[in-house]
Amino acid sequence: MGSEMKDVDLRVSIGSLNLKNPVMTASGTFGYAREFEPYVNLNRLGGVVVKGISLEPRAGNPPPRIVETSCGMLNAIGLENVGVERFISEKMESLQGIDVPVLVNILGDTLDEYREIAKCLNGVPGVAGIEVNISCPNVKKGGVAFGTVPEMAASVTTAVKENSSVPVIVKLSPNVTDITLIARAVEDAGADAVSLINTLIGMAIDHRSRRPQLANVIGGLSGPAIKPVALRMVYQVAQAVSIPVIGIGGIESTEDVLEFMLAGATAVQIGTANFVNPRASEEAVDGLARYVAEQEMDSIRELIGGLILS
Amino acid sequence: MSQFQEKTQIIRIERLTTDIIRLTLESSRIVSTAKPGQFVMIRTGNGKDPLLRRPFSISQIANGKYFQILFKVVGRGTALLAHCREGESLSVLGPLGSGFRIHSNGPNCLVGGGMGIAPLLFLGKTMARQCSAPPLVVLGARNREELAPLVDDFAELGLSVHPATDDGSFGHHGLVTDVLKNLGLGDDCMTYVCGPHLMMTAVHLFCKDRGYGCQVSMETAMACGMGACLGCIVPLEEGGYGHACSDGPVFDAKELLWEVK
Ligand SMILES: Cc1cc2nc3c(=O)[nH]c(=O)nc-3n(C[C@H](O)[C@H](O)[C@H](O)COP(=O)(O)OP(=O)(O)OC[C@H]3O[C@@H](n4cnc5c(N)ncnc54)[C@H](O)[C@@H]3O)c2cc1C
Ligand SMILES: Cc1cc2nc3c(=O)[nH]c(=O)nc-3n(C[C@H](O)[C@H](O)[C@H](O)COP(=O)(O)O)c2cc1C
Ligand code: FES
Repeated sequence: MGSEMKDVDLRVSIGSLNLKNPVMTASGTFGYAREFEPYVNLNRLGGVVVKGISLEPRAGNPPPRIVETSCGMLNAIGLENVGVERFISEKMESLQGIDVPVLVNILGDTLDEYREIAKCLNGVPGVAGIEVNISCPNVKKGGVAFGTVPEMAASVTTAVKENSSVPVIVKLSPNVTDITLIARAVEDAGADAVSLINTLIGMAIDHRSRRPQLANVIGGLSGPAIKPVALRMVYQVAQAVSIPVIGIGGIESTEDVLEFMLAGATAVQIGTANFVNPRASEEAVDGLARYVAEQEMDSIRELIGGLILS
Repeated sequence: MSQFQEKTQIIRIERLTTDIIRLTLESSRIVSTAKPGQFVMIRTGNGKDPLLRRPFSISQIANGKYFQILFKVVGRGTALLAHCREGESLSVLGPLGSGFRIHSNGPNCLVGGGMGIAPLLFLGKTMARQCSAPPLVVLGARNREELAPLVDDFAELGLSVHPATDDGSFGHHGLVTDVLKNLGLGDDCMTYVCGPHLMMTAVHLFCKDRGYGCQVSMETAMACGMGACLGCIVPLEEGGYGHACSDGPVFDAKELLWEVK
């Protein structure tokens, strides 16, 4: 953007983490960030969240893993990743030198795995924060997702928090009856922020073959189709907790970012939109700068939770 | 990495049959780095539905700024593309993926089926310039209507084509593998294959049997085309998966796991 934008204040803070602007990229939709370098000046983003990492490498689910649905897509990637060891030696290494906070999304099957992976990442140069994916099934508790039971969500939070010196963001699952209960539980357990929403569990069937369209049968819905649900949940959670809320779900444009901030989000993450427009994140930063200038606001922070109800 | 997101203008639309269409698009940046076997991701509409881009092989480049895609209407995205007009613009991402690895000395044979013929034209043209001998070309499709216009493109390059059709209306009545068996390919032959999965499986088995090299261009569902979503996997012989958009779409057939029934 032109030099006239220099003075626009887009800064926001997530706990002790200071971001140049509220626009981050969502885990699993931005690779390990370098993939987007041909299209995006990474240094202009507020932050990048890399693909979810587990203790051991995972091959992920068999194909087909993705299917397009109305205004969105279903995915059942099955958390394919290189494992924390290679992540640190190869991927974090390749991210040295970029001037943007890198948040590492982590996942596990057991509490111990979350604890171990947090320990592995602790002190690794370049890791600016941890985002904990609690939408995974807890194998020791019959596969019930950590993120669906307040006590389990709280214990994961504690386990990671105790082993991290950087801010810990807990990423909430929308596949629950009352998301504010989980949000409060992780806040009480010490989370520095919450991010929401992860994908909504869905399904697609091919009536001709009478088969599910994903090999995994069910998958996570993302994209513009989920935006109204995400906005509602961000709105509710922002009122229920006092830690920062990071809004995710169907965000494609500057206008979408503004809506999430009005609903109470301090920052946002752009996910599926990166696939359609790899420049979506940087364009949203440009758009926010223009908006703050046009509205003659002192800071983008004035917008947070600024929804007018009457 | 030389990849670009560009608004490209539609220069020409040719309807080869009622549902097979060739678009000529303009982008000097995409053309400047494009290699045979690479593909582009195209937004078929401006709205949120259909949401994702669609992958298409680069089927030809010309004059340093034009590239062509050849596609068949099979669903909503391709139907929307079929309704575009000359002069309109399309958002294109590319060039993406790894291309074919050209064997410049040995005998080469291109084997294409249906829309899988698209990338082979670019490959054939490049080989005609780079290689010591022109490649043999074996092309299959359902019938004369679908195959004849594509055969003409290769003939224009001076390449001789061995056609095969399912209904026998053009060339050999039957499969491309029947044709391959009777071609008398050289011992160190390299084949370059793109087409329906069953056809590629058959050609791979044929090549394995004869000790020929075999490169296949794989088609999978894709959301991003650039290694970010991990949706586009193909099972590998050694276990685990490769990613069609970034490790491929062209793979050494020996590295893939083929389900042989
Ligand atoms: C690397 C790569 C290169 C490709 N190159 C070409 C090309 O050069 N020319 C070309 O025509 N296509 C090509 N394809 C396939 C093309 O991307 C699909 O045909 C297209 O995405 C279909 O979009 P749609 O919205 O029309 O169909 P959708 O609405 O997505 O699908 C409609 C229906 O058609 C089926 N379908 C999807 N793809 C095909 C297909 N290829 N053949 C038959 N049925 C299908 C679907 O299962 C579904 O039932 C390529 C694919 C890849 C991965
Ligand atoms: C292909 C794909 C892979 C994803 N992988 C992860 C992941 O590894 N960890 C995670 O916490 N969320 C993952 N997500 C969820 C996204 O980060 C995001 O929460 C969700 O897609 C909603 O945002 P969107 O509508 O902008 O995509 C993934 C989403 C997609 C589409
Ligand atoms: S299409 Fe997204 S990783 Fe290959």
